[in-house]
Amino acid sequence: METKFKSKIMDSQDLHRALTRISHEILERNKDLKKLAIIGIQRRGVHLANRIRDIIKSIEKVEIPLGVLDITLHRDDLFIMIKQPIVQKTDISFDISGRDIILVDDVLFSGRTVRAALDELVDFGRPATIQLGVLIDRGHRELPIRPDYIGKNVPTSLSEVIKVKLKELDNEDEVILEDII
Amino acid sequence: MNTTWTKKNLLGLEELSAEEINLLLDTADSFKEISTRAIKKVPALRGKTIVNLFFEPSTRTRTSFELAAKRLSADTVNISVTTSSVVKGESLVDTARNLESLKADIIIMRHGISGAPYFLARMIEASVINAGDGSHEHPTQGLLDLYTIKERKGKIKGLKVAIVGDILHSRVARSNIWGLTKLGADVTVVGPPTLIPVEAKRMGVKVCHRLEDVIADIDVMNILRIQRERQQGGLFPSIREYSELYCVTPEKLEKAKKDIMIMHPGPINRGVEISSAVADGPYSVILDQVTNGLAVRMAVLFLIAGTKPGEN
Repeated sequence: METKFKSKIMDSQDLHRALTRISHEILERNKDLKKLAIIGIQRRGVHLANRIRDIIKSIEKVEIPLGVLDITLHRDDLFIMIKQPIVQKTDISFDISGRDIILVDDVLFSGRTVRAALDELVDFGRPATIQLGVLIDRGHRELPIRPDYIGKNVPTSLSEVIKVKLKELDNEDEVILEDII
Repeated sequence: MNTTWTKKNLLGLEELSAEEINLLLDTADSFKEISTRAIKKVPALRGKTIVNLFFEPSTRTRTSFELAAKRLSADTVNISVTTSSVVKGESLVDTARNLESLKADIIIMRHGISGAPYFLARMIEASVINAGDGSHEHPTQGLLDLYTIKERKGKIKGLKVAIVGDILHSRVARSNIWGLTKLGADVTVVGPPTLIPVEAKRMGVKVCHRLEDVIADIDVMNILRIQRERQQGGLFPSIREYSELYCVTPEKLEKAKKDIMIMHPGPINRGVEISSAVADGPYSVILDQVTNGLAVRMAVLFLIAGTKPGEN
């Protein structure tokens, strides 16, 4: 799939401010910090989750447990994908039962990734709540799923793609919109 | 990790590339965690039918494959020959074609004749996984041994590995030799001359007949079972004499490196090729091998189930 740059949606500072605001919103809604845990969806969601945890730590001086979720084995298009999926690691080393879980991903689109993540999470225990945080909501939902925390709403057409770049993986922080050509 | 898996069957490690072996090991690493969950199951292979077709006895391998399939949500059927129509004279191909008519997607076969799974793979559309064929290969055992070494030592390349015992009859030895040499380990086979196959040197390994000549130098020792069921030819004088020379005991290990890994594919003959003190001792990873075998077989089933029709 070839794409062409269209516009820049967020730079490094925008991204940091959005994550800081989301962190404050999480703290506002979840009074009992002892129950809180963050789980990032592989791969970019993991790094965003990690940053949110660091921001919460700098505000409240508490360490929130962090988990990593790979949803490949729960996908609804597992063996019909064009490219063979690579199974990444899942690592949730705390009991999720009774906790308020903040599930974090980079882009919310059809909602199918989140559906898979919800299915997978309940195999680990029974959380009190699962809340969804995303950096970009680009619309076009195919399932009844809505985010609780949003970095930015970006109305898109289906001929566009959103690219989230993060320092940890891509050497820079930015979000750009591209056209499929 | 840019390799993709394109093989319909897993018949041996001889025909795999180092990249394909590493893809299997990396995928297994992701699958290991599933068995630690509260609900030890993922839906990846929902709707797939997997048949365990075992013409020889097995506890570990058959159970491991069955659990691997079940943890991936596949449906499994176990056929052991003593209770099947094979005793009525049905041929291997007829048995397999009937299983295929029942829409089996993957057939996991253990057979006493070397090469039987290759023959089967040519005759049917379903994928075939070799769970041990005669004295030829046992690829998933080779993979789980590689995984266990990599997990413990952090690498394979450059390690000195000794495979000790009846190399001649051992499919575990052959799969280990192919896998280890492809990934860059330095392999020595150790055993009495009558139990070392003539092709050993062609496979790129060193040959040694005395355990004490290698013991101080090696990082990993993989001890093979003396296969009493395949020992009718008088290849060594007696079990007792074999044990005297090759049974791995704490005394023989005195000169070994402090972080030596002791492996054994099971089932173990205590006091024949390995003493209880060693099998249950601090260097032993025998039970880790069993745990890792499950993750490796999940990875194998997952990658094979994901190949498209027409791939080979």
